[in-house]
Amino acid sequence: MTAAQGDIVTFDNVGLRYGTDKEVLSDISFTLYPGSFYFLTGASGAGKTSLLKLLYLAQRPSRGMIRMFGTDVITLPRARLPGFRRRLGVVFQDFRLVPHLSAFDNVALPLRVAGVREADLEKPVSDMLDWVGLSHRTDARPATLSGGEQQRVAIARAVIGRPDMLVADEPTGNVDPEMALKLLRLFEALNRLGTTVVVATHDVHLLRKVPDSLIMRLDKGRLSDPTGALRFPPRRTVLREDAL
Amino acid sequence: MKSPPSITRAMARGFTPFGGQRAAQLLPQTRLTGPMPWVIAIMVALTVIAAAGGLALSNLANGARSELSGGATVQILKALPAERDRQADAAENALAELPEVAGLRRVPDEELDALLEPWLGSGADAETVPIPALIDVRLRSQADAATLGTLRRALSGVAPDARVDAQSTWLRPVFSAIGSLQWLAIALVALLALTSAAAVWLAARSALGGNRDTIEIVHLLGGTDSQIARIFQRSVGFDATLGGIVGLALGLAAVLLLGRQFAELGSGLVDGGGLGWIDWALIAAIPFAGVAIAMLTARITVMSALRKML
Repeated sequence: MTAAQGDIVTFDNVGLRYGTDKEVLSDISFTLYPGSFYFLTGASGAGKTSLLKLLYLAQRPSRGMIRMFGTDVITLPRARLPGFRRRLGVVFQDFRLVPHLSAFDNVALPLRVAGVREADLEKPVSDMLDWVGLSHRTDARPATLSGGEQQRVAIARAVIGRPDMLVADEPTGNVDPEMALKLLRLFEALNRLGTTVVVATHDVHLLRKVPDSLIMRLDKGRLSDPTGALRFPPRRTVLREDAL
Repeated sequence: MKSPPSITRAMARGFTPFGGQRAAQLLPQTRLTGPMPWVIAIMVALTVIAAAGGLALSNLANGARSELSGGATVQILKALPAERDRQADAAENALAELPEVAGLRRVPDEELDALLEPWLGSGADAETVPIPALIDVRLRSQADAATLGTLRRALSGVAPDARVDAQSTWLRPVFSAIGSLQWLAIALVALLALTSAAAVWLAARSALGGNRDTIEIVHLLGGTDSQIARIFQRSVGFDATLGGIVGLALGLAAVLLLGRQFAELGSGLVDGGGLGWIDWALIAAIPFAGVAIAMLTARITVMSALRKML
């Protein structure tokens, strides 16, 4: 057992606007701690996806400061961003699988990008597909997979590199309640190994399924902290992989 | 819920560059069905023809220049045949004694008649249409002003009607025209290279647009600009190689056909325009240069487009 230390992400007075429109995110300040499980909630259009884009480094804010893994990523040179992105796992709302690649190749993509040898990725990718229950669909293209299967491939791709932080945008939006619960359990299992998980959802029923989770609520681009957990986070413990 | 399978940090931070066949799979393979290889094939074929033409002209000009630069022509401009013959004989003797002269040949009257036959007809009378006597002189050095002056001084006493000219002077307009054609060939090769680069630029932009989602995914998974550019470079490189091979074959066929037709002309001037081994090697290098230009263009295009993304 090991105690969590430091912070994963810190937002300080962050604002985001697209072009000359009014800000879609305003005065966002929070800290995400290692090994925590966060739900990001809010109505449609509240700014959840925009906040997630800032988290997975697809967008720079218009103002404010963002620190990630102890580094100011706002002033970070572009060339150094890939190294940070490799420490993140992202599950997109629309899956964003590469359509002409098989399930296996989609899941293997982060490892190949990270420079893992072909001989070394065969087993982890197969195991990961097995973990999400898709060992029988390794050669299937995304178009031949159901919505739930595509979602699981997307999750497998997001977690295959064992990221420090997993960001998921409405990961249960396209699946039935039973599958939603299964996917949530996958995230919990990963969270128990120390990965910080941020799940954006507007499904309030989902929040009760993970008792230790912390809630971030967005309302018209502003963040509220209904449980006070963002300001005063509880100390959490993280299981080491070999302790499981 | 069971734990996710383990993967060590060392593996996830590997050092194998993302490239090769696996990386190439990220782009849908449209080889030979797209216009790219065919555009490059046409460009390479045209470049091969232009380059071969330019090299042949260069060889022709160089050969003629070296042959004519050491030559001078002595004309005896005397209307009376007997006096003309006497001065020609005297000029031959005087020239033969000069150390600057390596050899000389008096052009026989029959040869002169044959040269002028197209204009004067076969029955021309040498007395009614006086034709100068011609002596072809080979010099040991270039036919510069000093050497020509020496010849003139040697002839002034024995053949007062002699006129001495450097042979290269007569063909100066021809050399000038050949030089212009050479520059034209060089400009054509440069323009074709530029056009090829522009075609690749358009194709790379189009491929970037068509694969934007895939590129964004690779980008967000931590792919670097170089990794993504390599994928496009590889794809363009394959297309350019295919196009280069086809273009080289087409271009060579055209060059060989033209070469055979020019050889059949049997003209002394055209004979000097053959291609040597170095020329053939340069022509063979054109597809390689095409592939290099295509890959470099693809890299620059993709890198500059990626720089606009975060």
